[in-house]
Amino acid sequence: MADIGDLSLWEVFIRTKGGLSHRHAGSVHAADKRMALEAARDTYTRRMEGVSIWVVPSSQVSASDPDEYDSFFEPAKDKIYRHPTFYPVPDEIKNM
Amino acid sequence: MYTTELKSGSDGGKKRSKVEIVEDPAKLAAFEARVAADEFIEAKDWMPEAYRKTLVRQISQHAHSEIVGMLPEGNWLRRAPSLKRKAILLAKIQDEAGHGLYLYSAAETLGTPRDEMIEALHSGKAKYSTIFNYPTLTWADIGAIGWLVDGAAIMNQVPLQRTSYGPYARAMVRVCKEESFHQRQGYEIMTVMANGTDAQKRMAQDALNRWWWPSLMMFGPPDDSSPNTERSMRWRIKRDTNDELRQLFVDVTVPQAEYLNLSIPDADLKFNKEKDGYDFGEIDWDEFYAVVRGEGPVAKERIKARTDAWEEGAWVREAAMVHAQKQSKKDAA
Ligand SMILES: [Fe+2]
Ligand SMILES: [Fe+2]
Ligand SMILES: [Fe+2]
Ligand SMILES: [Fe+2]
Repeated sequence: MADIGDLSLWEVFIRTKGGLSHRHAGSVHAADKRMALEAARDTYTRRMEGVSIWVVPSSQVSASDPDEYDSFFEPAKDKIYRHPTFYPVPDEIKNM
Repeated sequence: MYTTELKSGSDGGKKRSKVEIVEDPAKLAAFEARVAADEFIEAKDWMPEAYRKTLVRQISQHAHSEIVGMLPEGNWLRRAPSLKRKAILLAKIQDEAGHGLYLYSAAETLGTPRDEMIEALHSGKAKYSTIFNYPTLTWADIGAIGWLVDGAAIMNQVPLQRTSYGPYARAMVRVCKEESFHQRQGYEIMTVMANGTDAQKRMAQDALNRWWWPSLMMFGPPDDSSPNTERSMRWRIKRDTNDELRQLFVDVTVPQAEYLNLSIPDADLKFNKEKDGYDFGEIDWDEFYAVVRGEGPVAKERIKARTDAWEEGAWVREAAMVHAQKQSKKDAA
């Protein structure tokens, strides 16, 4: 038989209810997107855990490198003034 | 304000387009029922064409407002009175850029490409909040903007976290988390100036005098001349009327001005016990519509700054594309 390759890996994202964003749930192996969607449904939403599913070929996901964590996220580290708690609000002032 | 449908004349939406799309009544009824039940509509759900259009206009106007809104503050970045103030102002402006991007991406889920929206801004076809067509004359204006303009934006954006279109609502959740810092840093600037030298106090009062009325205008025309309010409320695109939000803003802001010993430039402002809120003077709507038409003091300057930035950035986008092409050739080799 000709080499037809293996089932590839797909990342699965589930929207648990309307208004919420899709969140990563896990992955499935599948031959194409239809099969990936059905496998994701059967694997991750057997109890109605979702109203919508996205599947993305795992090979298409670019991720930040954990070894670069320090340098990659460094720009935000020393900016405490981005938080509202940096600014004192007098007790007399409401609604701020 | 950001989310008010801005049209060039006080005739608002009276001139209806002749071609009205006829929607499938069953689908429309189901949609209305979902929205009435406070369900969220997501990108792939069926929606009436008018809902889609209104949202694209509202969300892209909101996005443009965030982007153009960087300009008045950017004017003081290199003249901030200390390194600390400069770092804070830069961080705030970066947030506004982020807000613009959250919103463009929400609008794109409705099928309108970003290029199209940006082109509409640059050509003058698209509107943005009138507030950003006023100049920032002194450092106190930076305080007044954070306190009043971001304060008004918060008033308007908090209820939009429950707007019916999911991607817009989620963008608003992110934005609202970030706005509180904006308002507080502005109020802190005002506090320092209002308690400073006589010259500083005068600057603070002058900034309040100039920004007060334009801030009230941010909420948009009065309810009786906002013809689409009823439908937008029913579709939960808006959750409160312009006048309701404006009243709320006045009620929370007046005591904040009193605490600073600054006076609101409105002779008719007084507390009304019966309604448990302030009565306030007549807004100059002629000025508002003139600014909407693009006659604001610095309207031309604003759009020129945006188009210049876009054109001057073209080589960066080109270089990135060429670099990416080269890399993918290398990877393929
Ligand atoms: Fe913003
Ligand atoms: Fe803003
Ligand atoms: Fe905003
Ligand atoms: Fe802001």
